[in-house]
Amino acid sequence: MAADLPERPDARDRPRVGVDEWVAQVETRRERAGGLTGIAWRIWDALPPFGRLGLFVMPAALFPLFTGSNTLSRFGVFTLLYVLLGLGLNIVVGFAGLLDLGYVAFYGFGAYGYGVLASGHSGNHWQAEAAIPIVVLAAAVLGLLLGLPSRRLLGDYLAIVTLFFGQAFVTFVNNANYINFPHFGHVDLTGGANGLDQIDPLDFFGYRLVSTKQNFYFLLVAFVVVITALYFANESRTGRAWRALREDPLAAEAMSIPVNRLKLMAFSFGAATAGFTGAIYGAIHTGAFPGDYDIGLLITVYAVVILGGTGSLAGVVLGAIIVNCAPEILRTPDQAGWLFYGALVLALVARLRPWPRLLAVVGSLVALGFALRAIADAVWPRMTAGSGEGAGLAARVVEHWVLLPSHPEKMGNFAYVILIAAILLVTQLRGIWRTIALVPTLYLVAFVWENRLIQEVAGATRLILLGALLIALMNARPQGLMGTARVEIV
Amino acid sequence: MTTLAVTWPWENWGLFFDLTVSGLTLGSVYALIALGYSMVYGILKLLNFAHGDVYMIGAFLGYFALSGLGGPASPSLASWLVVTLMFLASMLGCGVLGVVIERFAYRPLRNAPRIAPLISALGVSFFLQNSALLVFGASFRDYGTDLIGGNPYHIGQNLFFSVPQLLTVIASVALMVALTLLVARTRIGKAMRATSFDREAAEMMGIDVDRVIASTFFIGSALAGAAGVMFGLVFGQIYHFMGFLAGLKGFTAAVIGGIGSIPGAMLGGFVVGLAESYATGYLPQGSTFKNLYVFSLLIVVILVRPSGLLGRADIKKV
Repeated sequence: MAADLPERPDARDRPRVGVDEWVAQVETRRERAGGLTGIAWRIWDALPPFGRLGLFVMPAALFPLFTGSNTLSRFGVFTLLYVLLGLGLNIVVGFAGLLDLGYVAFYGFGAYGYGVLASGHSGNHWQAEAAIPIVVLAAAVLGLLLGLPSRRLLGDYLAIVTLFFGQAFVTFVNNANYINFPHFGHVDLTGGANGLDQIDPLDFFGYRLVSTKQNFYFLLVAFVVVITALYFANESRTGRAWRALREDPLAAEAMSIPVNRLKLMAFSFGAATAGFTGAIYGAIHTGAFPGDYDIGLLITVYAVVILGGTGSLAGVVLGAIIVNCAPEILRTPDQAGWLFYGALVLALVARLRPWPRLLAVVGSLVALGFALRAIADAVWPRMTAGSGEGAGLAARVVEHWVLLPSHPEKMGNFAYVILIAAILLVTQLRGIWRTIALVPTLYLVAFVWENRLIQEVAGATRLILLGALLIALMNARPQGLMGTARVEIV
Repeated sequence: MTTLAVTWPWENWGLFFDLTVSGLTLGSVYALIALGYSMVYGILKLLNFAHGDVYMIGAFLGYFALSGLGGPASPSLASWLVVTLMFLASMLGCGVLGVVIERFAYRPLRNAPRIAPLISALGVSFFLQNSALLVFGASFRDYGTDLIGGNPYHIGQNLFFSVPQLLTVIASVALMVALTLLVARTRIGKAMRATSFDREAAEMMGIDVDRVIASTFFIGSALAGAAGVMFGLVFGQIYHFMGFLAGLKGFTAAVIGGIGSIPGAMLGGFVVGLAESYATGYLPQGSTFKNLYVFSLLIVVILVRPSGLLGRADIKKV
C-alpha cells in the first residue's frame, strides 16, 4: 500500500540516508497508519486546540467527584504540579532549546519565597494575591540574573553552570538559617536542614483555599491560564523566533533575530512559571524542605518534558500524567506488581510478532518457572522457602512460579546485576537466539522483581525504572512520544 | 558563631601546608575525573553526566577487591600488592563499564539531536546511582586506614603528609604522564586525535571510529575508577551518592582547564582541589559553602576565558 513511502532508515550509527525524506512525510505516514494508534492520531489531528485542551480539562474537572482527598492529592494535585513545572521547563528546553539543569532551583525559590512572605516560621502573613506576584517576579529576575552570565555559553557549558546553580541553591537553603548580616545580626531565612514550616495556605482576598479539592481546582484554573498563554506565545513572533534559535542559533542570528534577548526571555519565563508553581506547592505542602528541590526532582521534570516530546504542549501533559501516576501506583507492592507485569505483558504483545513466537515465549516462560520450582523444591528447598510480598490473586499465582529464597536480599542483588547484563545481551542478539535468550531473561526479571525490587518500590526501584525509561526512550524515540522528529542537516 | 576574621597563611604555616597537601590530593582525584570528561567531550562533544557515577562504582569495586583480599585489618597479601590489585580491579571494571555505557546509551544516539544523548546520560547516571543504592545499600563503606596508613611523614616543622596522600599524588601524576604519552606517541592516540579533530574525515581515512570511541571511554572510565580507589584510600569512606558532586567538580576542573585539553584537565583538577581546600580553611563558613566558592570560580573563569585556561578558542566554520 505504501509503496511510495520511504522505509524507516535503519543504519542507526551512521549518517542516515533518506532520513530527512522519511521525517518530512510524517503526516502522510500518520494518515495511512492503521490500527487504534492510527485512528487516535487522526482524531487528535482533527481536533482544534481548545478541543484538545478540553479533552484533558473535562475529565480532570470531574475527577474530584469520584475520589477521596488522598487519592486526589496524590494523583490529581501532583500531576497538575508536574504539568505546570513541565510547561515552564518546556519554554526553556523545548521552545528555546537551552539545557537548563538548574530549573528546579526556581521551583524551590518559589516555595521558599512564598514561605518567607507568608508563614508562621517567618512571622509574615501576606495575602496570596500580593505574595505570589512578588515571588513570580523575583523568580523571573533571578532567572534573568542566571541567564546573564550564561547566555554566552554554548549548550553544554550552560548545562553545567545551571546544574551547579541548582546545587548552590540547595546548599544555600540548607545553611541559610544562621546567616550573619553585618547590621541585622542573626537571621533565620530558610530554617536550614529542617526546612521552612507552617507556610500559610493560599489566601486570595480573604478566601482561603484549604481543602485538597479547592487547591486542585485552583491548580486546574492556573493550568488553563498558563497553557493558553504558552500556546499563544508559541504561535507568536517570539515563539517562531525561539524555534529558529533552537534549530540553529547561528542561522537565527544571521537572520537578525536577537538571540541573546530571546535566551534571557526564555530563561526568565521558565523561571517565573517554576516560581509560580513553587509558591503554590509551598502553600499546599505547608512547608518547604531542601531535599525536595534536589537532582531527583530535576530528572523527574526532565522525564516529563522529554517523555512527552520537547516542544509539544500536549506532550508535557501526557508526560506528567505518566511520570506522576506510574510511580504513585508503584508505591504499594500490590499495585506495583500489577503495573509492572501489566507493562511487561503489554510490551511483549506489542513487540513480539508473529503471535506463534509470542505464544512460544510465554509458554516456555511459564513452563520454565514451574520446572525450576519443582527442581528447587527437590534439591535445594531453601530456594523456595521465602514468601512473596504482595497479597491477592496475582501474587499467589506468582508465588508458585518464581523461586523465592529464604534470604532474598543477597541473591536478589546478584540476580539484579546478572539481569542487567542479560538485558544488554538480549538487545545484541538477533533472530532465533534473541527469542531463546528472552525466556530466561524474562524469568530473571520476575525473580529480581519479586525478591529485590519490590522491597524498595517507594525508593530506589522507582528511580531505577525512571532512569532506565529515559535511556530506553532516547534509544527508541529521541523526539519523545508526541514530538516530531527533526533532522539535523549537516 | 563564626566571625568574618580571616587567618592569613603567614599567621599559621601549619594550617597552610595541611590545606595545600589535602588540596593537592583532592586535586589529583578531580584531575583524573576531569581527564575522562575532557577526553569524551573532545571526541564526541558529549557531556557524560554518568562519569561521576562510574567513579563511584570504581570506589566500590576497589572496596570489594579489598574485602575480598581479607579486609584492611588483615590483608592476605602484602599491602602494596593489595593496593595494586585494588587499582587493577577498579580500573578494569570501570573501563568495561564505560565501554558498555557508550555502546548502549550513547552510540545509538550519535546522529540524534544534541539533547538526546545528554538526557540518556542523565538516565545512566540516575540508573547507576540507584542501582548502587539497591545493591550496595545506603550505608557508608569504610576503606579503613590500617592498610597503608601509619604515622604521617613530615618535612620540617609544618609539612605533614600521609602515605595514601603521597601515593595518590604520585599515582595520578604517573597516570597522567602515561596518558599524555599514549595520546601523543601511539597509534591509537593518533587515531583519537584525528577523530576528535574531525570524525567524518577520520572515518574516511580508514580509522575505525567506533573502536576509537570505545577505547576513549575505556581509558577515561578506567582513570575515573583509579580516582575512586584513591579517594577511598585517602578519605576512608565511600557511599552511593559520592559520584554526583565529584563528577560536577571533575567537570568544573575540565572546563576551567580548557575542555578537550589533557594538560588543561590536570591543571584544572589541581586548581579546583586547591581552591576547595583553601576555601575550607580561609573563607568565611568555608566548609559549608566550599561548593559555592568553587562554583563562583567556575563562573569567573568562564566569563573571563570561555575556552578555559589552556584551551584554544574554537572557531566555528559554517
